Amino acid sequence: MRAWEAGKQADCYPHVAREEKERLFREIKDDERYTDYLYGCYECGICVSACPSARFYNYSPRVIAQAMAREDTDRVYEILIEDIWNCAQCFSCTRCPRQNNPGGLVSIIREVAVRNGIQETRDVLQGYSRVIYKVMLKGNQVSPDMLQPEFFADWGTWVEGFTKNMREWRRAIPLESLRGVTDASWRTDHKTLVELYTIWFETGNVELIREVDEGLYELLKNTMEEELEDAEDED
Amino acid sequence: MKTEPGSGSCIQQILQKKAQPVRRDPAKAPTHDVREELFELEARGELIVHRVPEPYLEVQTKFGRTKKIPVEHTWHHKSCGQCGHIPGYSSSIVWLHRQLGLDYVDPTDQTSCTGWNYYASGASNPAAQTAVMCRNFAAAYQAGYYPLIHCGTSYGHYKEVREELVHHQHLRDEVRRIMDKLNKPLVVPEEIVHYSEWVHAMRHRIAERQVIDMSHIRACIHAACHYHKIVVEDAIYDPNILKGERTAIITGVLQALGITVEDYSTWFDCCGFGFRHILVERDFTRSFAISRKIEVMKREVNPDMVVVQDTGCYTTLDKSQFIGKAHQRDVGIPAFSDAQITALALGAHPFRVVQMHWGSTDWRPLMAKLGIDWQTYKDEFDADVEAIRRGDKKAVTWEDCDAPVVTKTK
Repeated sequence: MRAWEAGKQADCYPHVAREEKERLFREIKDDERYTDYLYGCYECGICVSACPSARFYNYSPRVIAQAMAREDTDRVYEILIEDIWNCAQCFSCTRCPRQNNPGGLVSIIREVAVRNGIQETRDVLQGYSRVIYKVMLKGNQVSPDMLQPEFFADWGTWVEGFTKNMREWRRAIPLESLRGVTDASWRTDHKTLVELYTIWFETGNVELIREVDEGLYELLKNTMEEELEDAEDED
Repeated sequence: MKTEPGSGSCIQQILQKKAQPVRRDPAKAPTHDVREELFELEARGELIVHRVPEPYLEVQTKFGRTKKIPVEHTWHHKSCGQCGHIPGYSSSIVWLHRQLGLDYVDPTDQTSCTGWNYYASGASNPAAQTAVMCRNFAAAYQAGYYPLIHCGTSYGHYKEVREELVHHQHLRDEVRRIMDKLNKPLVVPEEIVHYSEWVHAMRHRIAERQVIDMSHIRACIHAACHYHKIVVEDAIYDPNILKGERTAIITGVLQALGITVEDYSTWFDCCGFGFRHILVERDFTRSFAISRKIEVMKREVNPDMVVVQDTGCYTTLDKSQFIGKAHQRDVGIPAFSDAQITALALGAHPFRVVQMHWGSTDWRPLMAKLGIDWQTYKDEFDADVEAIRRGDKKAVTWEDCDAPVVTKTK
């Protein structure tokens, strides 16, 4: 990925039509949270000094607030393509003396990037798909059986030890809703999951996944539809 | 303020002012009180406000407002990361309730808030996020219990979502349509309460039961970003704790237990969790956790432990240290949640309740310093595990671990 060059003026994506950049910017700006998150910018840099991502990436919450405030559609497009996934979403940037919320702006841009199936966003989220599967289908973000040595080698030998004992350790938890559960964080009622699936369909969240990962979308849609049909038959 | 250049009087005045505890007048709060808006919506028949049940305790929040913390009758809104990867965190919270004989429920009619996924991927939308929140809150309301949120991100996310729900009619209409379809009422709690606020409010009552002396222990704390940086006015501040300049959470309970809480220069920094990063781009997470948190604590304080109040912070600060050690970095601080340390202070079984075997950092030196013969309890737990493996024991239950076991050292 090309490094961020502070102060550069050049349009880094001249091959992308201006109308497309303006359309995406309008979609960001039309989000009703936009005016709650942006009030202008002093360029004081307090947000940058508090930002963990600014220490490790060519990333600046100040640039995001600036580009938005100036309605610099070229720069906003670059942010959408290159920067948004660096944000840690910790909201340390809300220290802003103007009450800006650059992290919140990033949330809005991410939603727009997902909705529009931006290829760079699809690439970034490729390794994350299994988590979307878990949270949408099981109603939990993570589960014990996700802790596998090949995925968490950097967590050390503990993971290997855990894998060997997972089933027994999960039975050795006194809290009833966790006890013995390995494929989710806690035991969730079937009725509750059916309600969750209803929410995903009713709010268009299932269709949204098509823009991230077609295969995942088909899998989620078919599984949830089957469960909803069964639940209707039971009623 | 008129000052003579170079006289230092201006600086002295600033220092004097900074030495005084921060006391804030709620009448001058820079933000609206969302609870008043909720009650207005309820009066218009738009939603139901779930009242904090009695008995409750009152605490002060950032702008001097009063917040009610329910003592009992709580619906334990569990955390994905705690339950999945740090079960002793959740067990400790519930064990404390059981010790105090408080009424609670451990629901299975609960889903994730899905906030972790939202902050990681953006693969959702406001209507879905709000409906998930309202479904969980309706489940608690219908069960007759008040939601106590275990996760810092759920707490922050729900507050953010509540703001949206209160301020946008079309969102309320959309979510009400979905709730109708689910045959559930549109309910929002009067207060959104994090478990660490319950621990904080209950700290003196809890400390009365302390059996382990912790007065020789020095700790650094890390308050979760999503606790005190999102919708900041709900976080607990106390002029008598950290002079009211920073949230009182964690520090209050540790001090009540006699622990010395030490300051360090990157106190305000994030832990490095990053939501998506912790799952699929951990080079950022562990670099930040090691260089901006753990190494700074080591260099400036060298504490006996770091104590947190959230899922992600625990995972990041605990699990990131292995790679730091492999690279000869200055790491080696055991991580605990406030609930786990509090349970230990009350004599909870270190493995059956606190589940210390799920931690990666070396907790043995701390146990030795506390005078806890951890090997004995580890042997007991290993025997449980072997019995379960052989089929001689089905599970560890509350009956196995309700009673405090650790010998009194206080």
